[in-house]
Amino acid sequence: MSRYTPEEKVKLARNPGRPGAADFITALFTDFFEQRGDRLSGEDPSILGGIARFHGRPVTVVGHRKGKDLEENLRCNFGMPSPEGYRKAQRLMRQAEKFGRPIITFVDTPGAYPGKEAEERGQGEAIAQCLALMSALEVPVIAVITGEGNSGGALALAVANRVLMLEHAAYSVLSPEGFASILWKDAARAGEACGVMKLTAQDLRRGGIVQGVLREPEEGAHTDWEAVFRTVDAALVKELAALEKLKGPALAKQRYEMFRAMGQNMSLARREET
Amino acid sequence: MNRTFSRRRDRLLVYQAMREEKIAFSRRTKCPFCGTESSDLEWNRRLWVCPRCSFHTPVGAYYRLANILDPGSFQELEEGLSPADPLSFPGYPAKLAGLEEETGLKDAAVAALGKIEGRKAVFAVLDSRFLMGSMGTAVGEKVTRAAEYAARKKLPLIIFSASGGARMQEGIFSLMQMAKTAAAIQRFQRGGGLYISCFTHPTTGGVTASFASLGDFLLSEPGALIGFAGPRVIEQTIKEQLPKGFQRAEYLLSHGFLDRIVPRSEWRAVLSQLLALHEKGGRI
Repeated sequence: MSRYTPEEKVKLARNPGRPGAADFITALFTDFFEQRGDRLSGEDPSILGGIARFHGRPVTVVGHRKGKDLEENLRCNFGMPSPEGYRKAQRLMRQAEKFGRPIITFVDTPGAYPGKEAEERGQGEAIAQCLALMSALEVPVIAVITGEGNSGGALALAVANRVLMLEHAAYSVLSPEGFASILWKDAARAGEACGVMKLTAQDLRRGGIVQGVLREPEEGAHTDWEAVFRTVDAALVKELAALEKLKGPALAKQRYEMFRAMGQNMSLARREET
Repeated sequence: MNRTFSRRRDRLLVYQAMREEKIAFSRRTKCPFCGTESSDLEWNRRLWVCPRCSFHTPVGAYYRLANILDPGSFQELEEGLSPADPLSFPGYPAKLAGLEEETGLKDAAVAALGKIEGRKAVFAVLDSRFLMGSMGTAVGEKVTRAAEYAARKKLPLIIFSASGGARMQEGIFSLMQMAKTAAAIQRFQRGGGLYISCFTHPTTGGVTASFASLGDFLLSEPGALIGFAGPRVIEQTIKEQLPKGFQRAEYLLSHGFLDRIVPRSEWRAVLSQLLALHEKGGRI
């Protein structure tokens, strides 16, 4: 189906030349107003968020932010958020719901930051609250997986009505390196892990995990940003138009039922008591 | 009639607890924490808390339920739920079959209806003997159904977690269980349901980052390791040694992420108090 192997796709997904959240925001939105801070303890630049107009319509936009150079990368912690980042995302999404704004997220992270302070400040709790909050939002939520979406750190911004994915992006339970080191005690077998993990957009579309695959230029998104912007823009316009026909509770219900059905294929020996 | 059945279910629970081989009195077992050897009789009397260092060793799901529930109140829910192999992962079905043989469990979670001091609740208990209590589709589905069942019957939900996180062998489907369980818990709570989350050693990764952290009350056994990233991964990332007691229950309590630490022998009393305080109309 694709001329790239899963391992090659992971390399493409990680290419630093791919457009990131900040680039999509600049290209696809107007009047962007960045919102900072979680109102609890800090500001985490590895999550970028704010309000903007999308084709004239006010929306809330949130995404993982990686750096383009070393300095920016250090500031954004290579796109690995801390609890403050996830709590800022929650604040922005709650506010979006208050004002009836649709939410668009851009997912691209190696995972939530596995650091000492992040743990002390409740990394697990922060992600869990993101999942719970997003699952019940009564506004349209669209997530676009643009690069690598690893583990709970990616999912925390991807409990959406529609999860779209760039053709050569990767979305998985853990980085292939982490996967190989847990299962085979050997991070060097990451290439092999890419093959068995079913992390490509095509696999995930088939499995019902993502609802749309967005075409990339032949050589990958980094070779022609304009083409990628056009594709993502058109997809967002289309999905948003469809979702805006639904009322708040119906949006929450659709999202709930979509995630509820994931992995629900087991024998249904339901034995209820009286 | 009903009584006969409840007695039968009780016998079955004791049998299942015995099957977990915790009650072989002639043996001696070493504490995995301090290394002291004690007789299994002593271990069992202390509910598998080390007589020397009080380390709360992981115990099986049935054993835990048998020690918490009122006699005669245990009714297993969704016991037929079996794991799936959505990635066709090499060697996974054989591994599952072997573990089922060894533990008597189909997967790493048991759900049940039961009573504590006469008060009904729905329970879900993770069992770390089954692939580290990791959450794949079956565990996610069981926790979700337990929450849905509790919502339907308007009963409190009590979950005991013990998990290495998302189950790698089921890949992205395991990741999605985080969203699924969190959504089910959210729905249950918004409907007014009481959810008490009880951490046990160890609970990390995708379970900490989903349903386990969402309780109206967050409780933990003493000394339990609780975190998102495992200590080894953190040490490799920050390239320094972590302080003593890092990510242990006591550490989380002092950082604001737990309500209380509950020794194993006190679960019944503590849960009973919380259930009583949430009875409609109160008991004054």
